[in-house]
Amino acid sequence: MTKIWSIPGGVHPEENKSQSLQLPLGEISLAEELVYPLNQHIGAPATAIVEVGEQVLAGQKIAEAKGMISASIHASTSGTITAIEDRTLPHPSGMSGECIVLTPDGKDSFAKFETCENYLALDHDQLVAKIREAGITGMGGAGFPTAVKLSPRANNPIDTLIINGTECEPYITADDTLMQTQADDIIKGTQLLAHMLGNPQRVVIGIEDNKPDAIKAVTAAAAGTAIEVVSFPTKYPSGGEKQLIQILTGKEVPSGQLPASIGIVLQNVGTTVAAYEAVRFGKPLIERITTVVGEALQTQRNIKVRLGTPINHVLAEHGFLPKNASRLIMGGPMMGFALENENVPVVKATNCILAPGKKEMAPPAPAQACIRCGMCAEACPASLLPQQMYWYAQAEDYEKLEAHNIKDCIECGACSFVCPSNIPLVQHYRAAKGTMRQQAIEKEKSDRSRLRFEFRQERIAKAEAEKEAKRVTRKKAAEAAKKKIEAQKASGETPAAGNDLVANAIASAKQTQASPEEQQAKLERAVSGAEGRIEKLQQRLSETEADDQKAKLTAQIKQAEVKLQDAKTKLANFSPTANDSNATATNSNTDANDPVAAAIARAQAKMTMAPDEKLRSNLESLNKRLQKAQDKLAAAKADNADTVDALQSGVDKLKEKIATTEKELAQLPTPVAEPPAPETTDAATAAIERAKAKAAAQASMSPEDKLRNQLTAMSTRIEKAQSKLVSAKADNADTVDALQMGLDKMFAKQQTLRDELRQLNPNAPELNDANVKAESDNNSAKNEQESSETPAPVKEPDAATAAIEKAKAKAAAQASMSPEEKLRDQVASLEKRLEKAQQRLSKAEAEDDENIDAFRAGVEKTRSKLEQTRAQLEES
Amino acid sequence: MIDYLLTHPFIGALVALVSLALIFGAILGFAAVQFKVEGDPIVDQLDNLLPQTQCGQCSYPGCRPYAEAIANGDAINKCPPGGQATINAIADLLDVEAPTLDEEHGEESEVKTVAYIREDECIGCTKCIQACPMDAILGAAKQMHTVIADECTGCDLCVEPCPVDCIDMLPIETTLGDWHWQPPKLPQQQFENIIATDKQAVEDGAAA
Amino acid sequence: MAFMKISSPHATRSGNTGDVMKQVILACLPGLLALSYFFGPGSLMNVMLASATAVACEAAILKLRNRPIGFYLQDYSAVVTGVLLGLALPPYCPWWVVVVGTASAIILAKHLYGGMGYNPFNPAMVGYVILLISFPVEMTQWAAPLPALEEGQSLMSFSGALQQIWLGIPIDGYTGATPLDLFKQNDTLLVNDFYQAESLFATGHFAGAGWEWVNIGFLLGGLYLLWRNIFTWHAPISMLATMFVLSALFYDGGSSNSAGSPLLHLFSGATMLGAFFIATDPVSSAVSTKGRLIYGAGIGALVFLIRAWGNYPDAIAFAVLLMNFAAPFIDYYTLPRTYGHSNSRRATEKSE
Ligand code: SF4
Ligand code: SF4
Repeated sequence: MTKIWSIPGGVHPEENKSQSLQLPLGEISLAEELVYPLNQHIGAPATAIVEVGEQVLAGQKIAEAKGMISASIHASTSGTITAIEDRTLPHPSGMSGECIVLTPDGKDSFAKFETCENYLALDHDQLVAKIREAGITGMGGAGFPTAVKLSPRANNPIDTLIINGTECEPYITADDTLMQTQADDIIKGTQLLAHMLGNPQRVVIGIEDNKPDAIKAVTAAAAGTAIEVVSFPTKYPSGGEKQLIQILTGKEVPSGQLPASIGIVLQNVGTTVAAYEAVRFGKPLIERITTVVGEALQTQRNIKVRLGTPINHVLAEHGFLPKNASRLIMGGPMMGFALENENVPVVKATNCILAPGKKEMAPPAPAQACIRCGMCAEACPASLLPQQMYWYAQAEDYEKLEAHNIKDCIECGACSFVCPSNIPLVQHYRAAKGTMRQQAIEKEKSDRSRLRFEFRQERIAKAEAEKEAKRVTRKKAAEAAKKKIEAQKASGETPAAGNDLVANAIASAKQTQASPEEQQAKLERAVSGAEGRIEKLQQRLSETEADDQKAKLTAQIKQAEVKLQDAKTKLANFSPTANDSNATATNSNTDANDPVAAAIARAQAKMTMAPDEKLRSNLESLNKRLQKAQDKLAAAKADNADTVDALQSGVDKLKEKIATTEKELAQLPTPVAEPPAPETTDAATAAIERAKAKAAAQASMSPEDKLRNQLTAMSTRIEKAQSKLVSAKADNADTVDALQMGLDKMFAKQQTLRDELRQLNPNAPELNDANVKAESDNNSAKNEQESSETPAPVKEPDAATAAIEKAKAKAAAQASMSPEEKLRDQVASLEKRLEKAQQRLSKAEAEDDENIDAFRAGVEKTRSKLEQTRAQLEES
Repeated sequence: MIDYLLTHPFIGALVALVSLALIFGAILGFAAVQFKVEGDPIVDQLDNLLPQTQCGQCSYPGCRPYAEAIANGDAINKCPPGGQATINAIADLLDVEAPTLDEEHGEESEVKTVAYIREDECIGCTKCIQACPMDAILGAAKQMHTVIADECTGCDLCVEPCPVDCIDMLPIETTLGDWHWQPPKLPQQQFENIIATDKQAVEDGAAA
Repeated sequence: MAFMKISSPHATRSGNTGDVMKQVILACLPGLLALSYFFGPGSLMNVMLASATAVACEAAILKLRNRPIGFYLQDYSAVVTGVLLGLALPPYCPWWVVVVGTASAIILAKHLYGGMGYNPFNPAMVGYVILLISFPVEMTQWAAPLPALEEGQSLMSFSGALQQIWLGIPIDGYTGATPLDLFKQNDTLLVNDFYQAESLFATGHFAGAGWEWVNIGFLLGGLYLLWRNIFTWHAPISMLATMFVLSALFYDGGSSNSAGSPLLHLFSGATMLGAFFIATDPVSSAVSTKGRLIYGAGIGALVFLIRAWGNYPDAIAFAVLLMNFAAPFIDYYTLPRTYGHSNSRRATEKSE
C-alpha cells in the first residue's frame, strides 16, 4: 500500500454526491446561441480570429491564444458568428467582457481533426504544440493553460506526476462520472502526460475513497501499468493542489512557488482526458462533463455539454424552478461563485452548476461576533489562524495580515464553513487580499510617479539654466553688434536710419541663424524619445497579462508610433529647409523698415556660413544617425522586436536622405558661384551702398507711395512672422511669447500705417487688400497645421514680391470692378489655384513626398473656399 | 586627598557626582557615535508614504516638499489624495495622534480619477503639457494631445489651464483585472438593519 | 433574474454560537446535579439567580450600547457566564454577593471591553475574584456535604435556603470547610492520619466527601463537550496533566508537609469545573493548539503553586486570570507553521 500522509485541518461537509449520480451521463440539445468569452482561462485573453457573419465548423478555432499564458478557443458546433460583443461573464464580479457569439446552423458539421496514432513517438514540443492548439486548460476549476504546465522549466526536473481525481467538493460528480466512463482514456492520457514530462519516477492517480466505482474502474484500467491508483479518506479540501500533493507525497509546495519547483506536476483527470483526445484525435476542447444539481432542479445529473452553452439553456433542460432556488452557483458549494444572472455560458472550467433550494442552502445568517473558538484554525488546511486574520482584516492592518501569511490562504472556505458565528471569513480575506494587491500596485505606481516627477524637475531646471545661458550670450552679441554699428557710424558711412533698428536686425538675424541647429536637435530628440517609448511600451505589452491593460498599451503604442512618424517627418522636412532658413531669416529682415540694416544682416549671414559647409555638416550628422539607426535595427532584429519594420523604414529613409544631400553637395559649387558673389567685407560694403541708393530713391518717393510701400512690406512681415510663430509653437520653442508679442506689435503698426494711408488717400486699394490678407492670415493661424507645413510662397522672397505685386495689381483692377465681377474673378482664380494645388498634390503622391498631408490639406482648403465663393456669387 | 574628601562629605559627593557624569557622558557619546543608525532620513520615509500625486493641494509644490514640511513640523493632514489612510500611516510613523483630513485642502474623493482629453476639441496649445507634473501628457503644438492614463495620477492640474476645457477627470473604472471582493458588513455594522437583513433575505427569496 | 451574490463558501455547518453555548450549559448539568445532591439546593439557586442577573445586565447594557438585544441574547453567552459563576460560588451565599459578582462579570469584564468576543479576561472568573477579594468571609463559607453532616441533620430545605440567601439568616451547622481548606490547615498529621481524622475525608473516598462526585460530574460534562467537538482537548488535558505531574512530584509520600495527592488535587475544589468550563473559554484563551497546550499547562501549574504554597486554598480563578494576561504573549510565540513555510513567522516580524 502506498503511504498516505494526512493534512492538517479540513472539514467534512455533507457530500451530497448521490443526487447527480442517479441518472447516467446525459446530453442536452444545442442552444440557440453559444457564447464564448475570450477570457475564460488564467492569463491573457485570446484574440478573435473570426469576423461577424463568418461561417464556422465545429472544432474550428475562433480565437487565438495571445501570449505565452493563454489558450485558444474553438467553436463547439457549426454555425454563423453573429456577434463579437460584451456579454456578462461567468465571473464572481458579474462584469461583462468580450465574447464571440455563435448561432448554430443545426447541422453540427465538424472540421476535420488531425488524428495521430503513434503519438508517443512525437517529442515534447510537438505534443505541447498540439495541446496548445487544442486550447486545453485545467478543467478542475481554475483554468490554467495546460500547455504551460506541461513545459516546466528545465531546472526543475519532474519526478512525480499526480492526476487529481479527488473531487472533494460536495455535490460535484463530473470527474467521478468521467472516471467511471472513460477510465481507459484517463490511463492513456496519464501515460501521455508522463511521456511529455520525461517519464517521472512516480505517476499517481489520487481518488478520494467516497468514489468506489471510480476507483474500481481506474484501478482496472491501470492494471499492468506503472501507474499507482491511490485512494485516501474523504476530507475537504484534499483535492486542492497543494493539499493533494501533501497527501500523496508528504511534501509541501513552498509558499509562493509552483509545484514544479519541487518536481511535481498535478493535472485534473478531466484535463488528462482532454489532452489525450487533443493529441490522439486532434479534438479541441469544445465540450466537457458538468454536474447539474440542486433541489431547484427537477432533473439532477451529469451532462456532456458544449462549451458556450448558456446556463439558462442548461437549466431549462433540467426543469429549473427559479422560485425554489436560493441562489445559483457555478462550481461547488465551497469554492464556487454565485451567479447574479443565469445568462452566462458554460466555460472550460465549469465543473458544476448548482441550483440549491431554499432549505438546502439557506441565506447566510447574520454574522455574530467572533468568539475565538478556534474552530476555524483547526479546520484550516494551510495551518493559518483565520480568527486572527479576520481580526486584522477588520482592522485593515495589512502588515499584520501579511505576517499571518494571508497570501497562503487557498480560499478553501473551510474556516467559514465551521465558524459558529457565521462570519464570512473568506470574503474578508478576499477583500483584504484584493486591497493588498491594489496597494502594491499603487505603491509601485507612486514610486514611478516620484521618479517621473523628479526627472521633470531636473529637466526643467536644466532648461532654465540653458535659457539663462543663451540669454546672456545673446545680450553680449547684441552689444557687440551695436558697438560695430557705432564704429561704422563714426566712420560716417551710416545713413540717416536709426541705429537701434540696425542692431536689432543684426541680433535677430543671428538668433534665427542659431535656431535651425537647435530645432533640428530638438526634433531628433523627439524622434529618439518616441522610439524609446515605443520600445518600452512593447516590452511592457509582452509582459502584461491583463487584457484591458494590453488594449491600452497597444493603443498607446499606436499613438506613439504615429507621433514618431510625425516627428520623423518633421525632422525630414526640417533638414532641407534648414539651408534656406538662413536666407529666409535674412529675408525677413529685408523688408524691415530700414533696408540698410537688412542688407548688412544678409551680408553677415552669408559670411558666417558657406552653404557647402552646412550641407557637409548635415551629411555628417545624417551619417551618424544612419549608423545609430542601423545598430538599433540590428538589435531589434536580434530580439525579434516588433519595431523591426519601423526601424527598417527609418533606415531606408535616412539612406535616401544621405544620397540627396550628397547630390546637393556635389552640385553646390555652381550655385555658390552663381549669385552675385558677395565675397568678403567688400560685399557688405556693396550691399550697404545699394541700400543707400534705395533709401535715396525712397526719399524721392511721394509720401503716399512710401506709406503704401511700407504697408505692403508690413503685410509680408506679418505673414512671415505668423508662419514663424506657428512653427515655433510646433517645436514648443521658448520664443513663442516673444514672437507673439512681435506679431501683435506688427499688427498695431500695420493698423497705424493703414490709418495714415487712409488719411492721405481714402481710396487706396491697399486698404482692401490688406484687410483681405489680414483676415485670411487670421484664418490660417486658426486652422491647424497647414500654415506651419504648407510650403508657403514666402520661402522664395522674389516670388513673394512678385506675388505681392500681382496682388496689388489685382487689387487695383478689382477696385474698379463690380462686386459680382470681383467674385467671379475670385472663383476663376481659385479654380486655377485648386488645379495647381491638385497637380502639386498628385506629384507629391507620385513621389511619396512627406508633405503630402500638408498638400492635401491645402487642396481641401482651397476647395472649400472655392465653394464658399461660388455660393456667394450665386447669392449675389 | 582621600582623607580630605572623607572629612568633607559634601565635596566628596560633588566630586563623585561630577566624575560619574563625565564617565556616563563619555559612554553615551561613544555609543551615539558607534551605534549610529543609518536609517532612511525621515523625509524619505514620509515621502514614501505620500501618494506622489504631486497635485499641490497641500499648498506645497509636490509631495517631497510637503514631506519636508512635515518633517519640519507642518500638520500631517493636508493631503486629500492620500486621505485618511495616508494620514494614519504618517501618524504611525511619527508616533502621533492621527487627525482627520483638513477639509481646507480638499476632500478625499471616493473614486480615483484619470485625466482624459476630448481629442477632437483639443487645439494643441501644450498648456496642459506644461502643467502636468508627471509628464503624462503626450502631444505637440497644433497636434491633438493625449493623456498616458497609466502615468496620470489624477491630480487634475491640467484641467484648469486648458483654454477650451476639453480635459475631463474620469473615474477609473474597475476592470476584471483589478476587481476584488468588498469586505462584508462587520457584525457591528449590521446592527441597524439586522432585522432588515433578515427581511431582505426573505424578500430575496420571495423574489427569486 | 438577479440571484443572491455572495462569496463562497455557500455551505456552512449547521449550528451557531448559541448552540455551542447551549451545549456548554447542558454539560454543566451533571456537576450541578452532584452539587445539589450533596449540598442541597443552594447551588441551583445561585445558578438561577446569577443567570437571571447576567441576562438582565446584558440586556441593559446592550440597550445602552444601542445593540439589538434579542439578537445578542441569542448567543447565550451571558447565561453561560451566569451559570459558571453560580456554580463557582459557595452555596447559600447571600443574594447580593451573587448579584454583585454577576453584574461585575457582565458589565466590567465583558461589556466594558467591547462585549462578546472582545474580553481579554474570563468574565465569570473576574466576577469571582472581585467577590473573593471584597467579601472574603461570605466567599469562604461552604456548606457541609451530605455524608459529612452530623447525625440527625438533613440537607437544607428549600425554604431554609431561601431564608439564608435572601434574609441572611444563617443556619448553624450547615457551613463547613472545603477539603482544600482543611488540607491547607493541616501541618502536623501524616496524610493518612489526617484522612482518618477529618470526617469530610473519612466519609469520602479520595478527595473529600461530595467533592469528588461534583468533580466527576463536571468531568463527565467536559467529556461530553469534547465528544461533541465543542472545544479541543488541548487546554483542559494539558492543565490536568500538569496538575497531576506536579502534585505527584510534591506528594512527598504523604508526610505532614505533603502538598496533597494527585487525586486530591484533581478531584477536589473547582479543578474539573476550571479545566473543562473555564480554561476552555475560547475568548480569553490562546488561539493556536500549541498555544492552548501552554495556556492549559500554565493554569495547572499556577493552580498547584497557589494551592500548595499560596494563601488561598483554591486558585482556579487566579490562575485563569493570570494566564488570560499571558494569552496574547503565548499567541505571539505559538503561531503555527503555515503550509509551505519552513518556519513559523512571528506575528510582528514583518512590521517592525
Ligand atoms: S470559527 Fe468563527 S467564531 Fe470561531 S474563532 Fe474562527 S472566526 Fe471566530
Ligand atoms: S479559507 Fe484560507 S484561512 Fe480559511 S480554512 Fe481555507 S486556507 Fe484556511
